Amino acid sequence: MSELLPDFTLIRPATVAEAVATLGREGAQVLAGGTDKLVQLRRGLAVPDVLVDIGAIGEMQGIAAEGAGLRIGAAVTLSDLARDPLARAYASVTEAAASIAAPGHRAVATIGGNLCLDTRCLYYNQSHWWRQSNDFCLKYQGTVCHVAPRGNRCRAAFSGDLAPALMVHGATLEIAGPEGRRRVALAEFYVEDGAAFLTLAPGELVVSIHLPAPAGPSAYAKLRLRKSIDFPLAGVALARTERGFDIALTGTNSCPKMVDFDVPFSPDDAYFTALEKAVQKAASPQRTTTIQPHYRRLAIAALAARTARALA
Amino acid sequence: MSRIIKLEVNGRVVEDLVPDNLLLVDYLRERLALTGTKMGCDGGECGACTVLIDGVARLSCITLAVAADGCAVETIEGQAPGGRLSPLQRAFHEHLGTQCGFCTPGMIMAAESLLRANPDPSEAEIREALGGNLCRCTGYVKIIRSVRAAAEAMA
Repeated sequence: MSELLPDFTLIRPATVAEAVATLGREGAQVLAGGTDKLVQLRRGLAVPDVLVDIGAIGEMQGIAAEGAGLRIGAAVTLSDLARDPLARAYASVTEAAASIAAPGHRAVATIGGNLCLDTRCLYYNQSHWWRQSNDFCLKYQGTVCHVAPRGNRCRAAFSGDLAPALMVHGATLEIAGPEGRRRVALAEFYVEDGAAFLTLAPGELVVSIHLPAPAGPSAYAKLRLRKSIDFPLAGVALARTERGFDIALTGTNSCPKMVDFDVPFSPDDAYFTALEKAVQKAASPQRTTTIQPHYRRLAIAALAARTARALA
Repeated sequence: MSRIIKLEVNGRVVEDLVPDNLLLVDYLRERLALTGTKMGCDGGECGACTVLIDGVARLSCITLAVAADGCAVETIEGQAPGGRLSPLQRAFHEHLGTQCGFCTPGMIMAAESLLRANPDPSEAEIREALGGNLCRCTGYVKIIRSVRAAAEAMA
């Protein structure tokens, strides 16, 4: 028998309003596909009293045209997203969705779940006894960050693939909460702190993702040891714009990050070298995986330049 | 909290009272004694627990039993009704797709899901479909050959 999950009550609301009301209860957490949440429960990384299963909420389903853009329900599965004909205009998004985990995960894992995916670290994504033998860590139950012991914040890496892929297309989120609905740009949804990387207030829930018409072609490139299952050691999304490229990173910082690079496009080596240097500068991988941070920084910058050449 | 679920397991309707926090893999193995489904890792990493839920490959170690309410679940035991090997089982046997055998139930269920959707898969498509299934004996070449052979046998 597997380790017993903590005792919780599963609630399956039919509407966003019911979900928000339930999430307001003490110890309530969202359950979407559960591909990461249930693993966290097994490892003692989450101990919810109530799990709010958002799978039956109609408003959070479906992909539909919205003006010249797209509305994607937060509970849409990654496999549906990866093969959606409308979403194909945003290649970085479908490529990122298809690159996540394996078919058995993608059949249930959701876009909202991937955007809110908990940050990951060598010292955090471990069993309870492993973490206990290490005096836990700053992110959960401990006081010291073993990655950067002299620092004062958690360095766990944001590892969702969809966030950068959506950010380069200028995505916004619709969020429902006890105070009503609000819209936020995806790029402003996160903060650089591995232990508190989401700006969701208690009781809030991501309902849908909204994309404007694509400005140009895009792509997503992912660095990892195996071509399946693995989370990104680093990931980069690029979208061609009128001026040049919009670039966003994942796996390299505690939140997904837009790269500061505003050089106007020119089809020469100097441009792509400048792009590569800008990605190297923006990426700040830490010792959160067994793979050296230095390699991750250089490799993701090289991948970004290679992908930009292919898109240019 | 517990609740009553009703599902079909390998074609047989089952009704049961299960707690909310029971995983599907534990329900199948401990309650229904369907121990062909294996638990290989501590959560969603190895694919040994792969079963079909409504015909789609899913990981029973990261699925709650209550989530299977109203669904049709198929395990490796459902592959051999009446003791006759399925085409996939026969192909794994004949092409040595099985080494120690621990990953085999998951491999076969993931391959079954693939062949139902795509009866004539390329090697790349087989690799993609089995991407979440690990074989610690590293017998991947013969596993892929076995799935291809099953597809040909069923053509």
